[in-house]
Amino acid sequence: MKLNFEKSREGRAFPVLPQLDVPKDDLPDGFLRKSPPRLPQMAQPDISRHYTELAKRTHGVNDGFYPLGSCTMKYNPKLNDEMAALPGFTGIHPLQPPETAQGCLEVLFAAEKLLCEITGMDAMTFQPAAGAHGEFTGVLLIKAWHDSRGDKKRSKIIVPDSAHGTNPATASMTGYQVVNVPSDADGGVDMAELRKAAGDDTAGLMLTNPNTLGIFDKNILEITRVVHEAGGLNYYDGANLNAVMGIARPGDMGFDVVHLNLHKTFSTPHGGGGPGSGAVGCKARLEPFLPKPRVVRDREGFAFADPERSVGSVKAFYGNFLVTLRALVYMLTLGAGGLRDAARNAVLNANYMMKGLSGDYDVAYPGICMHEFVLTLEKLKKERGVSAMDVAKSMLDYGMHPPTMYFPLIVKEALMIEPTETESRETLDRAIAVLREIRARADDDPGSLHDAPLHTPVRRLDEVGAARHPVLKYNFDEALD
Amino acid sequence: MEFPSDLSYSKTHEWVQDTGSRTARIGITDYAQNELGDIVFVNLPEAGDEASKGERIADVESVKAVSDIISPLSGVVKAVNKDVADNPELMNSDPYKAWLIEIGDISDHEELLDADGYKALCEEEG
Repeated sequence: MKLNFEKSREGRAFPVLPQLDVPKDDLPDGFLRKSPPRLPQMAQPDISRHYTELAKRTHGVNDGFYPLGSCTMKYNPKLNDEMAALPGFTGIHPLQPPETAQGCLEVLFAAEKLLCEITGMDAMTFQPAAGAHGEFTGVLLIKAWHDSRGDKKRSKIIVPDSAHGTNPATASMTGYQVVNVPSDADGGVDMAELRKAAGDDTAGLMLTNPNTLGIFDKNILEITRVVHEAGGLNYYDGANLNAVMGIARPGDMGFDVVHLNLHKTFSTPHGGGGPGSGAVGCKARLEPFLPKPRVVRDREGFAFADPERSVGSVKAFYGNFLVTLRALVYMLTLGAGGLRDAARNAVLNANYMMKGLSGDYDVAYPGICMHEFVLTLEKLKKERGVSAMDVAKSMLDYGMHPPTMYFPLIVKEALMIEPTETESRETLDRAIAVLREIRARADDDPGSLHDAPLHTPVRRLDEVGAARHPVLKYNFDEALD
Repeated sequence: MEFPSDLSYSKTHEWVQDTGSRTARIGITDYAQNELGDIVFVNLPEAGDEASKGERIADVESVKAVSDIISPLSGVVKAVNKDVADNPELMNSDPYKAWLIEIGDISDHEELLDADGYKALCEEEG
């Protein structure tokens, strides 16, 4: 299909900006660009069709099953969007006086209270725009805490080998050395190795629980105790909170800081780049270091205040406010019992699918799983030449989004499946049937899987070519030739 | 899978070719490139950088993941292979020709395996 730059025609337009209703202010000389930006010039019907055409070439939660492991692609209730579209929430400006936006401040205040209750934390910031951003903010809090005590010898962050890649990246970005701890035979943290790694240079531990293998670490209390006794703090990566939401709290497991992916667990649209929200919660001892500003309540109502020893701002203003609002709507709609049921159903659905597939595929860590599970297609690749990639791409031909592939890194030819709680039994049965059919085709006609997908608008992409020779911008000059 | 007998191997899947006068070239093995899949980028050190055995000296990015290359040697980086930096696919097509880093003034090294020992290790890892 053509790019919108190629559909552009000189002089075509439609008004997207409201009429100016305030006095016009001219930018000072030197701040104005010399020529107008070369934006596509299109009429509304053409733009509308352009994006509809793009949408038809993709697969979203509204198109079908989307079991992308660790991404929690649950269905997002429409009520969230209805509330987020209310003019009182959309017609505000971040610089308007707080006393004129009390409702919006109350949203942030209420969401903080509820999420602190769910996580067992004492305070929270909504500034970080996504999960990795939240991790970075959370580890900054850990660093600020050690620094405030004059404890300068803590240079290392412990990360298990089943972690999301963002954990070691975060530790590294904040100036820490990463110490990798292997998993034990059950897929949990190897306790002997953890004890060896923990010491007076340990700043903290970053852990996802349940982890990326879909396993709740049965030693969790012992793990956090070892780190605390070494003088470090425990960081909870909330990517997989959906499995335990309303049932077990990171704060009770011994964690000092958590980040939540509101865009995953609390049902706000994601995929395709956001916006997201990587809210960061912490125990009271870390509260003085939280990013500024925060919402506080005084006798007059709600107001902004800066924590006394804040690490500073990590994003402009108050984060992605409408994402926080959607999360609040979700929590208030479901209530405590509903959130608990959501977690239970997420775990039930994952176990149902795992059981349904275990006759045809190898489960990496058999047993009861939490909200997701990992298949290993190592044997299939060796015996039939069919890889995890081939199976994943084949699912597209059946109208389903593939699971996460080749992650976690400790499982070879991994497919990581997270069905989420919002899928019906019929959808799960169909997904199981599809994966079993693909497994049968791997025996009968493996060649057909190498070429998959065959029936999608876009066939298998040349990922290698795209990574080696990426084309990242539209080249006007070339287009004119 | 190939295991040339004139090379030494680290347990972390790098090969070492002794080029004399306390200098050696290192690259990644056939087994490593096969596990990584199509390599799309390599991040190499600069000449003059220090190499420490057992520590990260470079990293490679494949369509699956980013992986560290662990230096089997301690010494000083004398040269890096710009050809491979520009054409990382050479590590897939001819891993034992696609040397990455030349290390000189070698002062120490990791425990290295011969071809048979390394082959046995790969079979163990599957």
